[in-house]
Parts: sequence; C-alpha cells; structure tokens
Amino acid sequence: MLKRTALFAAHQKLGGKLIEFGGWEMPVQYTSITDEHLAVRNAAGIFDISHMGEVTVSGAASAEFLNQVLTNDIRKLTPGLGQYTLMCNERGGVVDDLYAYCLSGGVYFLIINASRIEPDVAWLQARAAEFPKRGELRLTDASHNYAAVAVQGPRVKEFIGEVIPGPSSSALRVATVTDLKKNEIGGFAVPGCGSLLVSRTGYTGEDGFEIVGADEAMQKVWDTVLAKGQPFGLKPCGLGARDTLRTEVCYPLYGHELNEDTSPIEAGVGFFVALDKGDFIGRNVLAEHKSGGVRKKSVAFKMTGKSAPPRPGYPIWAAGAKVGEVVSGTQSPSIGIGIGMGYVPPGMAKPETPIEIEIRGKRAPAVIVSKPIYRRN
Amino acid sequence: MSNVPSDLKFAKSHEWVRVSGDTGVVGISDHAQHELTDVVFVELPEVGRQVKAGEACAVVESVKTASDIYSPVSGEVVEVNKAAADDPALVNREPFGGGWFFKIKLSDPGELGALLTPESYKAQIGG
Repeated sequence: MLKRTALFAAHQKLGGKLIEFGGWEMPVQYTSITDEHLAVRNAAGIFDISHMGEVTVSGAASAEFLNQVLTNDIRKLTPGLGQYTLMCNERGGVVDDLYAYCLSGGVYFLIINASRIEPDVAWLQARAAEFPKRGELRLTDASHNYAAVAVQGPRVKEFIGEVIPGPSSSALRVATVTDLKKNEIGGFAVPGCGSLLVSRTGYTGEDGFEIVGADEAMQKVWDTVLAKGQPFGLKPCGLGARDTLRTEVCYPLYGHELNEDTSPIEAGVGFFVALDKGDFIGRNVLAEHKSGGVRKKSVAFKMTGKSAPPRPGYPIWAAGAKVGEVVSGTQSPSIGIGIGMGYVPPGMAKPETPIEIEIRGKRAPAVIVSKPIYRRN
Repeated sequence: MSNVPSDLKFAKSHEWVRVSGDTGVVGISDHAQHELTDVVFVELPEVGRQVKAGEACAVVESVKTASDIYSPVSGEVVEVNKAAADDPALVNREPFGGGWFFKIKLSDPGELGALLTPESYKAQIGG
C-alpha cells in the first residue's frame, strides 16, 4: 500500500497524474512537465514535498553527535541557519544527503529523502546508541508530524509575504519572510496554520522557499499559495518537473548520483565535506578521495546532435570503449536538448571531452560540460 | 474527453491504423499523446522493414520516458513520417493527422478484424 501525503486530495482535485516514488503515491505532473518546468524558471511553481522525512536532534551533545555523523561542519550553524550536508558510512559511501537546520541552541532539524527515512533513522539510532554522551542527546523521527511544500521561481518573492505574513517568532528573527536569505530558516505563527518553518532553500536552481508544518496547516498553505501565486504565473508542479529542474542545475538525487558505494567527492559534492572539523564517520576514506584517489567521477553532459534523450542506465562510451554509465538523463526543457549526468573514470572527467551515449544499441555523440548545465543568463 | 475518429481501427496499446487499398497509415491516439505529454523524440522504423502485428517498431519519447510503438498490423514499412521526426510535437498537436508514424503495406488484411472499433477503443479508455 502506497503512502499518501496530506495534499493527496489536492493533487486529485487538480487532475495530477500519480506515480509511485519512494513508497509514496505522488503527482508526476498536472498538465505537462515542460510547462511546469518553465513556470518555475520564468515565474513560480509549488511542489508537494511532504514525502520527505524530518528528524529532530536536540540536547547538550547534539552538535557534537551531528558532527560525528554528518560531513559538513555543524558548528557553522547558528540559530536560524541551515546547510547542505551528507551522512556517510565508514567506507565514505553516502547513506543520505540532507539539509540540517539549527532552530535554537542545541536543537537541530534534519530534512531527509523520502526513500531513505527508514535506513537513515536506523543508522542515526545505531550511531546514537554507541555515542558516549548518548544521555545528552534526543533523536526523534518526526516525519509523520509534518507536511511540506516547496515554492520556487523568480517571482515567488513577490507574493510569498501574502502567504506567510508578519515577522518570524522563532529560529531566525526577521521582519518579513522575504528578509530570509539563502539557507536561512524562520518560524512563523500564521493565523489558522499554527507554527510554520520557512526556509529560503530549494531543489530547482531558482530562488524560493520551503515550508514545513502540520498536515491541516499545509493544506491551507497549498490553497493560499495557489490563490496568491496564480496571478504571478504560478503552477502546481509534479515530481517530473522537480527532476528536470534539478538535473539542469546538477543537484544530485539519492539513488541516482548518490548511493552507499559512492563518496561525496566522487559525486562532486566534496565542498560539503569538512575534513578540517576533526574526526567523523568516513573521514579517512574521504580524505584519500579528496587528495585525488577517487575511483570514478560524476560529470555532466549534453547531447551534441539530434538524438533521443539520455536515460539512467545507458552506457557511456569514449574513444571506442565503454567507460561509464548515465545516472540521470532527460530532455532539458530550458535548452531543448538531451542532458544528463553520469560516472566516468577520473582521467576523463574534463569539460569538452567528447563522449557517446549508447541509446537502444546505437551510439549518439555528446560532450562533457561544466556544472551546472543550465545557468540563468 | 479524447477525440476518437470513426474511420480508424485501434490496438489495445493505443496505436491506430487508417487503411486505404492495401496500405495502412499508423499513428498513436489522442488519448495516448495526452498521457505521454510533451513528445520530444520520435524514432521511426527503416523503410522496407517487415513487421508483425504487435511488434515494437518505433519509439516515442516524452520528457520522462521512452515508450515503444507496436505495429497494429503485419506488413512492410513503405514510408515514414520525417516531419514527425523533425518536429516531434506534431504527435501532440495532430495525433490523427500530421503526427502519423509510418505507412505499412498490409500482408494480411484479415488482421484488421482483430483490432478495436472506435467504439470499443473509446470504451477501453473510458470515454
């Protein structure tokens, strides 16, 4: 039985086409992936991201614990700040990639991938059980308490204040929601919605906000965003557009670019691995990878001729040999050609290297490009 | 609801064939293009290829996925629609017209009897 989010009825009402994703029944599109994608690039879009998981970590030893299990340096976070980070195993492989927010002194809020809630929580609980100061640590899977939406696009700042009025009352104190800067988070008491957490983050490469709250509150937020955003060109957007948007800007997706046998360095997110913060799980392997010892390297590529779009699993060829595999691929709605990401041997991972993508037994020309593939002019 | 013209025969897998003389034109239904949305690539069979009814012989790709197109009848591919390969969105705009895929010289016109009438296809897609 697939799980449904608090916004399921809203998706049905809008005629969303539903698919399975990470154990959830989610909308892949409402009208067209291309139209929804372009709405986010040019105006605004709203996504249901209630399937994602939330874990709270608190207590006097919470920062110390998180710095053991996460790769980025949690000490950089003051109340109201968030960071992208990863959780690795001892082999440097990625258990999950996530956002960690500091809500107040010693209180952290983690947003994790839907498909990874169970393994992440099991991993965190096992590490907490071994943690010497476990008595000063509380770890709770709060996923079932929350629904969430992402409101993304260049025009969102013009109407989000009508959805989230007033100053924040917890985490980062700001006079209005648009005073939040990238990666900042504030708690807002919204009439009829209770307390909402709002961060200036997203997964599309556009400006935008992510809003987390209780189920009934988020049903109201969804309706309010649609009503206030539609005059600005906002569209409800499904997971299809979410995937094409993140692929154009080369954000990794767990199960595609990331897995337990791939390190953040190989995946091209080594910037979020703080080797200088002291010991943490996976550090030895990651230090080796950072000094040049990777087995493979994530690259972005564009098709150079007219071809079918690249898809995950398609072989990558170079100089007449099979050298790797596509992990994400699609037709880019913004630039109108096939694009993707894949893994190749480190020596080949240079922009402008010609490669070929094998599509149904035939090879089509492509070229490695620097990340991101799409950049606003 | 989806438009279903009365002069066509349909396969359960949403292809249509319009027969005149010994030749059929093959495409996909309005319902199918609507389900696919945003056709971005069309791969057509080679002219001269012999295909059997139900054989995958073309591919239509949307942003999200690649889908096989099955020939509703057996025969020889005698012409393909280069306009659809050049402008795949034609499949979305004119599924029963300019967005056709290929023409086939029927080797067994008796197979047409096994295809769905417009009425039964309409019932299959619930509309």
